[in-house]
Amino acid sequence: MDFNDTTEEAAFRNEARRWLDANAKCLAPGQKRARPAGADSPGLLESAKAWQARKADAKWACITWPVEYGGRGASGIQNVIFNQEEARYNVPPNLFGIGQGMLGPTIMAHGTPAQKKRYLEPMLRADEVWCQMFSEPAAGSDLAGLRMTAVKDGGVWIVNGQKIWTTGAQHSEWGMIVTRTDPSAQKHAGITYFIVDMKSPGIEVRPIHQIDGSKDFNQVFFSDVRIPDENRVGAVNDGWRGAITTLMNERASIGSGAGMGLGIQDLIRLARETEWDGRPAIEDPSVRERIADFYWKLKGLEYTGYRTLTALSRGTTPGPENSIAKMVGAPLRQELAAFALELQGAAGATADADLTWGGGAFQQGWLGSPGLRLAGGTDEILHNIVAERVLGLPGEIRADKDKAFSDIPTGSAR
Amino acid sequence: MNFDFSEEQKLLQKTARDYLDDHCGLDVCRSVLESGGTHSDALWKGVAEMGWLGAAVPEEYGGAGFGRLELALIAQELGRALAPIPFAPSVYLATEALLEFGSDAQKRAYLPRLVSGELVGTFALAERAGRSGAADVATSFAHGRLSGTKFPVLDGGIAGLVVVVAKGDSGPLLALAELDTAGVEVTPVGSIDPSRPQSRIIFDGAAAEPLANGAGEAAILHLLDRAAVLTAFEQIGGAERALEVTREFTLGRYAFGRPVASFQALKHRMVDLYAAIQLATSNAYYGAWALSTGAAELATAACSARIAASEAFDLAGKEIIQMHGGVGYTMEYDCHLFYRRAKLLSLSLGTPGEWRDRLIDRLEA
Repeated sequence: MDFNDTTEEAAFRNEARRWLDANAKCLAPGQKRARPAGADSPGLLESAKAWQARKADAKWACITWPVEYGGRGASGIQNVIFNQEEARYNVPPNLFGIGQGMLGPTIMAHGTPAQKKRYLEPMLRADEVWCQMFSEPAAGSDLAGLRMTAVKDGGVWIVNGQKIWTTGAQHSEWGMIVTRTDPSAQKHAGITYFIVDMKSPGIEVRPIHQIDGSKDFNQVFFSDVRIPDENRVGAVNDGWRGAITTLMNERASIGSGAGMGLGIQDLIRLARETEWDGRPAIEDPSVRERIADFYWKLKGLEYTGYRTLTALSRGTTPGPENSIAKMVGAPLRQELAAFALELQGAAGATADADLTWGGGAFQQGWLGSPGLRLAGGTDEILHNIVAERVLGLPGEIRADKDKAFSDIPTGSAR
Repeated sequence: MNFDFSEEQKLLQKTARDYLDDHCGLDVCRSVLESGGTHSDALWKGVAEMGWLGAAVPEEYGGAGFGRLELALIAQELGRALAPIPFAPSVYLATEALLEFGSDAQKRAYLPRLVSGELVGTFALAERAGRSGAADVATSFAHGRLSGTKFPVLDGGIAGLVVVVAKGDSGPLLALAELDTAGVEVTPVGSIDPSRPQSRIIFDGAAAEPLANGAGEAAILHLLDRAAVLTAFEQIGGAERALEVTREFTLGRYAFGRPVASFQALKHRMVDLYAAIQLATSNAYYGAWALSTGAAELATAACSARIAASEAFDLAGKEIIQMHGGVGYTMEYDCHLFYRRAKLLSLSLGTPGEWRDRLIDRLEA
């Protein structure tokens, strides 16, 4: 048992490091990348695209993609190693994960040869940016309940409806949508998957204002949008298979639980620097107990990640243990942030860049944390998934089973 | 990254599981619990023959010469089987104490007999209700004599050797005392888990010797760290088994026309238990790594492993009864065996609350 690279992994790490040294600036110890406010920050998208193109030229972009599509057919552990190394350099963030991590693999699995030839390379280079349009106002956890319609008219499909929670729609050249093409079929059986040009007439993108103040997501409205049949991915009414491919790749990327904001060290620092009754809060028994619990739970998640990496390193399929990463990690982050506010007493209810501890970073994390519990599978859906796929417990009894989509009762609060 | 056991180690674990499947069904635990006996002697002799008592003991002292990683996996299997034997105090505490702090003469005197199972070892720290740290024990050691009361002590009824935390002239120390000697009075004490019997030991000027290198609070805490990691594997094993039993039962039990395992109120809680077990497992792995390599991280890793494993097994012990419904509350069903063992293990080496406190001390140090 150790935490070291194998000989091959070490060689690969050196190769990655050599290229990064020659092409980027290493962060000083303790130095963090400047954190941009979002993809809308001025110049960020352009610099991110330029860095991606530079990586692509040297075959360091999408390294797990097959060689024929511009990748290098790298293994899962090699991908982790490259990401670890890249994180040590002051380079722009990758804003293209939705296309490269989820939609690209879907096109590879279900697309036509012409689609693969046309779309994959510009996606890899980030010459073209992609967005994924799955969720609808009435189809979230129950994605297959989607209602956006696509009706065939000669060689084109006429699409109407609304998508929601679309990341990066305002920056995207292309999007992928799932639509209802046969309402008389059972709900999973009447869905068709398309590639859509985001500049098409009839598409309107409106940002969603989140409770933490950011605008990461959009609503996208489709009014008589025309999509040529050649942009269909997979067979008519067989789009659910493609959707599953996309979602499997989504869970693989979100499931890492990484990048969830402030951590245990920040909490400990806060508890040292904040006074309770004239003493550092960390001396209070109730504070110590809470921090200890955050510590072992977060460490447990971190070490569970090591177990997954070990399976990747050994070339075996990771066990089911990493399925708990987001399910446990997201609510834990919310609790941690809430406790950090409580440590600050009445000042915990302030959010001031100058006067609040840490510039209000914990307050920002607290406002952001409900979103973590909803995105990429809610806590409740993840519990069902682990129950059914890991523990082998029975699936949910469904009120919509064996019914035509058009006969399923609907209703939406508000 | 190589954060898992090796194939050879997993094979050893498989051998242990097969052996215990054959020789330690839950009826073995139950029979000790119901008979009021001290342990299963057949199983004790069996695990001695398998070489498990000396798994981490060097060959020169009669052991098998494996390491703590192998011992940890054996512990996990014994935990799964709710083995009613004094393995934990004898192996994780008495044997570890000798290995870590004994002189060569002390090792030669006791290790071969502990390894063969002819001698059972145990460990005595607590003295009364409440928390008692190593620094404030009242039992005293001076001029080769031990005086004071230890309560409770696991397996005092069958142990021949005890490692005692005592107050010496210059602070706390670990003393080694034989129990079959003048000035020692061992009284059986009722246990919440009668498959793991408790006792009270009164030392009245009993002969004892200090463990050669076992003086000071740091040594005592280090011994507890080692035992905490190994015990965590027992707790994980027990929790996993409890979840398996719960799953099987709820899949077969129907109510309202469907398996009760199909209700989210149960599904989601079984998932929460699964998650608790995974967090405990990962923390225990990290503890095992630190234990086996002598890494300084053991100090915090042992705390995390101890708390996480206690939480997981305690939760499993509660949930197995609750999800069985009324039958789970009967003596006939096995649920109570888990409920009892989980609580006994979480209290016997310092409570999770004490380990939380210790964890923050160490993070702050």
